[in-house]
Amino acid sequence: MSQFLQFLFSGITVGATYALAALGFTLIYNASNVINFAQGEFIMLGGMLVFFFLQAGLPMPVAIFLAIAIPAIVGMLIEKFTIEPAREADVVTLIIITIGVSLVIRGVIQVWLGKGTHSYPAFSGNDPILIGGATLLPQSLWVLGITALVVVALWYFFSRTLAGKAILATSCNPLAAQLVGVNTQWVLLVSFALSAALGAIGGVLLTPITLTSYDVGIMLGLKGFVAVVVGGLGSGLGAVVGGLLVGIIEAMAAGYISSAYKDAVPFILILVILFFLPRGIFGAKVTERV
Amino acid sequence: MNMLRRHKPLLILAAVLLCLPLVLPNNFYYDIAIRMAINAIIVLGLNLLIGFAGQISLGHAGFIGIGAYASAILPTHFNWHPLLAMVAGAVGASVVAAIVARPIFRLKGHYLAMATLGLGIIIAIVIKNEATYTGGPDGMPVPALGIGSFSINGEKQWYWVLAALLLFSFWASRNLIDSPFGRALRALHGSEVASQVMGVDVVRYKVAIFILSAFFASLMGSVTAHYIGFVTPNIADFFHSIELVTMVVVGGMASIYGSLIGAVLLTALPQALSTFEGWETVVFGSILIFCMIFMPRGLVPTLAERFGGRGEDA
Repeated sequence: MSQFLQFLFSGITVGATYALAALGFTLIYNASNVINFAQGEFIMLGGMLVFFFLQAGLPMPVAIFLAIAIPAIVGMLIEKFTIEPAREADVVTLIIITIGVSLVIRGVIQVWLGKGTHSYPAFSGNDPILIGGATLLPQSLWVLGITALVVVALWYFFSRTLAGKAILATSCNPLAAQLVGVNTQWVLLVSFALSAALGAIGGVLLTPITLTSYDVGIMLGLKGFVAVVVGGLGSGLGAVVGGLLVGIIEAMAAGYISSAYKDAVPFILILVILFFLPRGIFGAKVTERV
Repeated sequence: MNMLRRHKPLLILAAVLLCLPLVLPNNFYYDIAIRMAINAIIVLGLNLLIGFAGQISLGHAGFIGIGAYASAILPTHFNWHPLLAMVAGAVGASVVAAIVARPIFRLKGHYLAMATLGLGIIIAIVIKNEATYTGGPDGMPVPALGIGSFSINGEKQWYWVLAALLLFSFWASRNLIDSPFGRALRALHGSEVASQVMGVDVVRYKVAIFILSAFFASLMGSVTAHYIGFVTPNIADFFHSIELVTMVVVGGMASIYGSLIGAVLLTALPQALSTFEGWETVVFGSILIFCMIFMPRGLVPTLAERFGGRGEDA
């Protein structure tokens, strides 16, 4: 039982990061129909930037603020200079563009901060908390707490504020939204900034537990994408549930079956889900018009 | 005469391949030419899937990995003849493709991308983890390819082998596209529903082309392994899949010449970029972005249109 709890704790912690990445994917997908393969690089950026700014002597809160703000700006630049000029392109082309973007981000960080693995101290010490025979790191509480806050804030933003509703309107029907006065260009920029910030928050929170380096973005991003598909493309609730599910299943499989195949688990999961539930758990049933 | 005109592109390619050794100064350049040919053959197959049938595969390196490791493992651990191992690998890759193809090809767009990507990554992880057979992340040596006492070795011999294979693939792809099968594929790219209404068994064609491209990817994986004499799990990884898709897209989707050009350019690119110590990834990424924004259809179709070439053939 304590073993089960232990796996559950580590699963939820990582899963929360996948959920943040998945929310990022969902935001951008809803606003622009683009699957942003560079999403994982924002997670990497978050961790690496905190490490860099701490080394440069900045206090932790400032480092964290910068490590979230800079990716958000990068997100807007990506939208402005790579996605907007290719608005009419088809799915494959857009996928390749975002893959190109992820290569550029990864390459810049590799040249700038090197290939080493980095970490920084947890926010409130490393004394584990004992619960039912399993240990929980304080940093895990930070990850879960902040993720929960972010999810609530996003819910509030999208259901209670004008800006949030404008984004929702754009994702339903861009032309109609434009007609009633929504600045859809602005919506795209905000979506990219928000989704980059979400990824960066995940990276900032998770790095003290899992370490980071210039190349962690691919795997984290892909698993975030798995979470999106598990939950159903385009569904916010699905993204969160999908992220947690992927994290928990991965941790259980690593613990009970084989830790060597931990990274394969989300992808086996995705094949199984796509075969049996092609629209994910929370995906809308749609009939395609021809 | 008519025959000559019909085969003009094939003859031109043959002439280029024949004359190329005259200008290749040393083995380093032979090596690059061989890698270009290997990639070109894989990309021709992949382009049938992506460009002509309109399906995406982000996991093709997985099939290349199956071929490469079949050629490494079966002769080393089980004393199979390398040629037999190569065929076994290709059949194995086809079987894997066939098993996953039916469910996968009910999917579209992003879902299809995700499913093929997942498949590729699973294959790569298996290769990395089954260290008893595969040597794990360090890789393993591959025995030479040959029959009896003769074996292919050295860049010059491999060059002619690859030149012959490339010519064959080029000829086969051109024929395939002009066959009823090829027309069905293109119809399917245009509109699945319309082609279904016209009696094209959509899923069957998609599955067939997927299996075919997996078969050739695996064969070329074997060839690569024998040529280099060593395999590492990198051959099957996600980045390799991306490189191949990039060659298809940069060269030009649904363009046979585009496949050749894309493979040649993107194989040469890392060599050219090696002077930008550390910046290769950045430059590679930027080129991808620029190409896709300004020439979303790829180099060859875009240029062919601009200079009024024969659009349908380009």
